[in-house]
Amino acid sequence: MSLDNATLNNAILVALCVPLITAVGIQLASRVSDNLREVVTLLGASTLAWVVWGMLPELFSGERPSWMVAELLPGITLAFEVEPLGMLFAALASGLWIINSIYSIGYMRGNKEQKQTRFYTFFALSLAATMGVAFAGNLFTLFLFYELLTLSTFPLVSHKGDEATVRSARVYLGILLSTSIGLLLPAIIWTYHVAGTGDFTVDGILAGKIAGADVGLLLALFVFGIGKAAVMPVHRWLPAAMVAPTPVSALLHAVAVVKAGVFAVTKIIVYVFGVDFLFSANSTAGWLIYAAAFTIIAASLVALRQTNLKRLLAYSTVAQLSYVVMAAAVLKPLAEIGAAIHMVAHAFGKITLFFAAGAIYTAAKKTELHQLRGIGRRMPWTMTAFTIGALSMIGVPPTGGFVSKWYILAGAFQADNLLAIFTIIASTVLNAAYFLPIIFMAWFADEPSDAKPHGEAPPLVVVALCMTALLTLGFFFFNGPVIELEQQLVKGMLQ
Amino acid sequence: MDLTPHLPALQVIVPMLSSPLILLLKPRGLAWAGAAAVALFSFAIALNMALAVARGNEFYYEMGGWQAPYGIALSVDGFSALVLLIITGAAAAALLAARPSVDQQIEAERQPLFYSAFLLALAGLTGIAVSADAFNIFVFMEISSLASYVLIAGGPDRRALPAVFKYLTMGTIGATFYLIGVGMVYMMTGTLNLADMEARIGDVTDINPILVAAGFITIGLALKAAVFPLHVWLPNAYAQAPHIVTVFLAACATKVAIYVLIRFDYFVFQANLENHALQFSTFLAPLALFGILVASAVAMFEGHIKRLLAMSSVAQIGYIILGASFVTTAGLTASAAHLFNHALAKGGLFLAITGLAYHYRDLRLDQLAGAARTMPWTAAAIVVCGLSLVGIPGTAGFISKWLLINAAIDNGDMAWLLIAIVLLSSLMALAYVYRIIDTLYFKPAVVAQAPGEAPMQLLLVIGIVAVANIVFGLFPSFPLALSSSAAELLLRHTL
Repeated sequence: MSLDNATLNNAILVALCVPLITAVGIQLASRVSDNLREVVTLLGASTLAWVVWGMLPELFSGERPSWMVAELLPGITLAFEVEPLGMLFAALASGLWIINSIYSIGYMRGNKEQKQTRFYTFFALSLAATMGVAFAGNLFTLFLFYELLTLSTFPLVSHKGDEATVRSARVYLGILLSTSIGLLLPAIIWTYHVAGTGDFTVDGILAGKIAGADVGLLLALFVFGIGKAAVMPVHRWLPAAMVAPTPVSALLHAVAVVKAGVFAVTKIIVYVFGVDFLFSANSTAGWLIYAAAFTIIAASLVALRQTNLKRLLAYSTVAQLSYVVMAAAVLKPLAEIGAAIHMVAHAFGKITLFFAAGAIYTAAKKTELHQLRGIGRRMPWTMTAFTIGALSMIGVPPTGGFVSKWYILAGAFQADNLLAIFTIIASTVLNAAYFLPIIFMAWFADEPSDAKPHGEAPPLVVVALCMTALLTLGFFFFNGPVIELEQQLVKGMLQ
Repeated sequence: MDLTPHLPALQVIVPMLSSPLILLLKPRGLAWAGAAAVALFSFAIALNMALAVARGNEFYYEMGGWQAPYGIALSVDGFSALVLLIITGAAAAALLAARPSVDQQIEAERQPLFYSAFLLALAGLTGIAVSADAFNIFVFMEISSLASYVLIAGGPDRRALPAVFKYLTMGTIGATFYLIGVGMVYMMTGTLNLADMEARIGDVTDINPILVAAGFITIGLALKAAVFPLHVWLPNAYAQAPHIVTVFLAACATKVAIYVLIRFDYFVFQANLENHALQFSTFLAPLALFGILVASAVAMFEGHIKRLLAMSSVAQIGYIILGASFVTTAGLTASAAHLFNHALAKGGLFLAITGLAYHYRDLRLDQLAGAARTMPWTAAAIVVCGLSLVGIPGTAGFISKWLLINAAIDNGDMAWLLIAIVLLSSLMALAYVYRIIDTLYFKPAVVAQAPGEAPMQLLLVIGIVAVANIVFGLFPSFPLALSSSAAELLLRHTL
């Protein structure tokens, strides 16, 4: 047993260190040649995925690898614990890092971007922070890596370095840092003060420790303090972050960073408040569903009015993130599973959409919706993938988006929550309303007569986006292991 | 021969006797080498004593074997060991890094004088920390102050002269107030030894002179410590001093005054005067709070980087005073820990500024735009130390802020106001640190950019201090042990 534990601890340590070593390796390799640098990135990404996915069997057998690094102050520790939700997040981020690296190589070279070494270095650092968020065993550790994630992605957002980019990057940093320090940190301090601990514990740590309006207030501090979850009105940083190169938008602002946000919210609902406790305090904590529902509808409406493809995708992400928050807030087993798998389904779909947007930019330098008329014939692979991703956002079978929506709906029915049911239906209509015209335009409209001819994006880009499109489809058919893993989350929750 | 019992005496004597000898070292570089060696040796002595104190041994030393009321007594406990560590650490770091900057700012023939004054200041400050006698504290205070006036005025900038005149005037008033207070206590008790004072005040029949003395001493020391609103001498003195002097003074000069303030009030008055704790807190807590808010607000709009950080020091002094004004173990621990952590953060920042100043003569913020491009390591150190100043988890600054907030929570009715102010001021600190980072990294350069990094010698020390900010953020047990032993010691003397 102790030997087992030792190897598991090592796995956490290795998962945190691999991206760091990769970052150093990238710096060193870039002095030799760009190709070697790319090899190091891919090697690092694959190693990380191998290490993280290697922990899966233990998780399935019900073990919870953990590692206590240091006790800073009495009760405050730097500690890690792998549990189903964090495992899923880590597996997702590390797996998609490989595909995203393939894509990045094609994209960054295709667009002749500056300072590519810095780009790959900070990308690796962001992944290290993501692993820390995923495996954090308590609120303090979560907060530490949450902030590191903000800081390490900042150079990526401001990559281009011109004035408009820097202005957006300031919004990004300003909102994320000020909400986390102004709201999340007080919430954490409050939690430690009343509960005496911040450890993520099955059934939560707050039951019986606070009551009444305080529950709702503390929940609000957490939800809005975790700006990365982009619940309105703290969503503005996400559209601002779209100034980053597309691979950043794809992996970080569709997967790692934003999922870190909703992951943290879900984790806090499940492991800090405890679902049962929060359900019993429904009168004051019930506002969260309304906030999430409002965000879903409002963000979808804003998305309808966008003319820029990446901004449209950003608002779509804002809406989809609140699906996860809303599902978690429904506080029923099936909805919690739905929240977890929606992270996966949305990740596959949205990364595909961003990849496609980046492919279009690389091949044709087009960023606006009206420029996409007839582009399907010039870029059939890209637009096929785009179509699959969009259908997944709407939730049409056979795509991954259908599965998670099914679970969230089922959870909403379990709770007889008409608001959640109505919101899901309404937003499905809205999703269709902004994605279907693009698909229709791309495939069936005629190109404008003065169009410049162009072909497909660079091969690596196309390969990457086809892979994620296949994952989107595949998740519809092969979602068993994920659901099995997340059922553990619910099992722990109900006993 | 075992030197251990003599360490408190050596702590003062070594720098004091080396000071005139340094004058003889005329050949270039020798004076620096001698001063740096003495500072390192002093640091070793302080570390040695701190380790012994952490193990539970306290030092009590009688010069020449003369007993306390007649001879000179020195004592080192947890509180003074911590302060000695800060003083000698700051001196060692500043002197090790000093050479390139001093070569640039001070003519070769005056350098031995400069280093000699530096060691005299060091001797004075350490003397204050080891003295067990109120009058010796005054003598050492004068030694250190006079040496500091010389150091500040020693720079190439003639604007230092009015700044130093202001400092001299205020400093002399402060010292005189202190002396008047000590004189009155002496008049009533017939002793200058702190321990004897504590014992004898109880027998004094007419308490009024003691009350007046407490007022004089508290205000005089508050003036020396730059407690808001008695801080007006500080920003200019820091801004105009030679850069390496700023490093030293910012890290420890005001802290030593705070040390005497706290020690005097807790050791001598707390145990004897009725309601002294209440008077002490109701007088200092509002000043601390106003200082925190006003100085942070001023720092947010300050245009000169050294003045900005100096204003930030005024705010940080507010935190230290605030913790002490709770008159609880938790509050005093937070104060003592913040003495240490703020010295690390601010010392690191001013060291990095020294690095910038090596290439940039004008240190107004807008002139430094874009400096990070050619001085990436220096800029990175500013980021790390800046985050420590804000109190982001993972850095040393977080530890003391956490302790302070926890101490405030126990403070009853005022708790929420206090916490709100501490958090608000953290956000303000974030704002002014972010302004620096934003300028260094993202603004287009307005003057010719630095040709490269700061000299290696300087850069190395900057790096060590920056890393220390992280190390003590994750493994704070040693400074915390000293801080909490200091707090218990101080409270032992309460009524």
